[in-house]
Amino acid sequence: MKFYEYKAHEIFRKYGIPVPRGVLASRPEDIVDPPLPCAVKAQVLIGGRGKAGGIKFAKTLGEAREAARQILGMTIGPYTVRQVYAQEMLDIARELYFSITIDRSARAPLLIASATGGMEIESVPETSIFKTPVPPLVGLQPYVLRALVKALALPKETASQVSDIARKAFALFEGEDAELVEINPLAVLKDGRVVAGDAKLIVDDNAEYRHPEYADFPQDRTPLEEEAHDKGITFIQLDGDIGVIANGAGLTMATLDVLNLKGGRGGAFLDLGGTDDPEKVKEAFEILLKAQPSVILLNIFGGITKADTVALGVRRALEEMHVNVPVVARIKGVNEDRAREILKGIGYSADTMEQAAELAVKVRAGGK
Amino acid sequence: MAVLLDEKSKLIVQGITGHQGQFHTRAMLDYGTKVVAGVTPGKGGEQVHGVPVFDSCFEAVDATGANASILFVPAPFAKDAAIEAIEAGVRLLVMITERIPFHDCLDIMPYARAKGCRVIGPNCPGITSAGRAKAGIMPNHIFRPGDIGVISRSGTLTYEIVNAITNAGFGETTCIGIGGDPIIGTSMPEALDLLAKDKATKRIVVVGEIGGTTEEETAKRAKRIMKPIYAYVAGRTAPPGRRMGHAGAIISKGMGTAESKIKAFEAAGVPVAAYPTEIATLLRAN
Repeated sequence: MKFYEYKAHEIFRKYGIPVPRGVLASRPEDIVDPPLPCAVKAQVLIGGRGKAGGIKFAKTLGEAREAARQILGMTIGPYTVRQVYAQEMLDIARELYFSITIDRSARAPLLIASATGGMEIESVPETSIFKTPVPPLVGLQPYVLRALVKALALPKETASQVSDIARKAFALFEGEDAELVEINPLAVLKDGRVVAGDAKLIVDDNAEYRHPEYADFPQDRTPLEEEAHDKGITFIQLDGDIGVIANGAGLTMATLDVLNLKGGRGGAFLDLGGTDDPEKVKEAFEILLKAQPSVILLNIFGGITKADTVALGVRRALEEMHVNVPVVARIKGVNEDRAREILKGIGYSADTMEQAAELAVKVRAGGK
Repeated sequence: MAVLLDEKSKLIVQGITGHQGQFHTRAMLDYGTKVVAGVTPGKGGEQVHGVPVFDSCFEAVDATGANASILFVPAPFAKDAAIEAIEAGVRLLVMITERIPFHDCLDIMPYARAKGCRVIGPNCPGITSAGRAKAGIMPNHIFRPGDIGVISRSGTLTYEIVNAITNAGFGETTCIGIGGDPIIGTSMPEALDLLAKDKATKRIVVVGEIGGTTEEETAKRAKRIMKPIYAYVAGRTAPPGRRMGHAGAIISKGMGTAESKIKAFEAAGVPVAAYPTEIATLLRAN
């Protein structure tokens, strides 16, 4: 789960991490008493909004409203800007970097910090970046924080504030089931205060059930992807025009790869997971059809998945939606002969996934 | 020989009374696995396919001497079930359950390690020691006893590849589905070490996918292993994953893509198949 900037700031504030003041507005006139001077920022879930003109600076209320007028309704990537956040401009003396994510090999949370932050962080030499795993069973002990502020060679009063923020950020990381807590820049202001200049938060999708309060937040999905997500279906839209439906993430990716190898391009892919319930298959297939693929490549390797009920779902979806998209099916699983029987007349069948991909490319070109 | 699991392993099925638990208990029994007990709190005293059900792992271990457990319980209860199994003293815990919050796995994995319990998964198809026993959900019929060890991050893609290996006239020792989650009990390089030490395993097939750096670490390890290793990496054409802030870039240092993984394997002298079934072709050629 990703969060709009204002929402991430709100969550950071909840954990006592200082963030800039700001006001949220969905209409220019909603901006009444903004902190001045301020940056008026488009609330979107993708990067690059500055380049797209989604951040403007204002010294007065009038300028802030004018900036909001220009930004609201703007298109950034696939999104229309619905909200702006007018945020206090900070008087920054120094930019540090701080984040917490996971270290897969160490199977532990990983603290990362650097004495140089801001835009330059990715070009900071590795030797100047402090990284340390936190033993998960005992949590963040003070020695880790002592090592962190020492590595960054921070002056005493900065050090105590940074250490405090790191401790609170770790509480947030654990408390919110976060995958990423990132503060860049971690700003040291001219008056000596340390503030999270920007706050990035990503929460583990699998922990959604523990955080029902986040369930309704918009995510960076297309409307079709959103519909699929609501139905618990893994569906992603791509640039090509061949719809791919398979079971399991690995097999779905492999199918896309093989398709590409044979000269085709995946247009959307759908991971059916372990289901062979015809109603669920039908539901999934309907979403794929809405993406208007030129051909559908169905690749199921079940072993235990019932091939015939998958085929039944496919057939029902095509019949009920009255669409005539050719389906190239390769189904391995229980009752696969019956599945071939069910799909007769609506498509082509293949024995292997290489053959199926080849066939799909041919059918698309009208060669079959 | 086989690794992790064989016909002598005594297995508990946690969540045995659920739909999945019942179904796969049948399949595991059919494969010859010693499923000695099931556990579902509140259902102690029942039976599933002749297997006695207990209320807790402690009772199950006490009554049957079980030394391994496979977990089918839903994600919200998986941590509780895993810790219970570890405390009850099993030495091998296979976690099939998918969608477990990884913060729970951050607790489970180091705890298991401290207690001397090997964890496989979560979000994995389990382990099959061909012709001997299965603690997992892989289809029985695709295996044939042989001398090839298989390690995979994926589920169905593993079946596809094992099927290709078997159809090509080869066979398997143990197939380990390590799971696709960021925090897993046994990593790919660790699984590689297990199979490298196994006398019966003459060659090893590794199935990776994009994301993380485990394939790159495996490739590094492969240089020190004398047995021939073959790889396939899924996701050459997958859309770029979401960017994990700057932190992602700082940790991955350009690794994680299919190209990076394929390059790492090739640099380690590990041939990489262009498509899944090409693994069989590579095995035949060498």
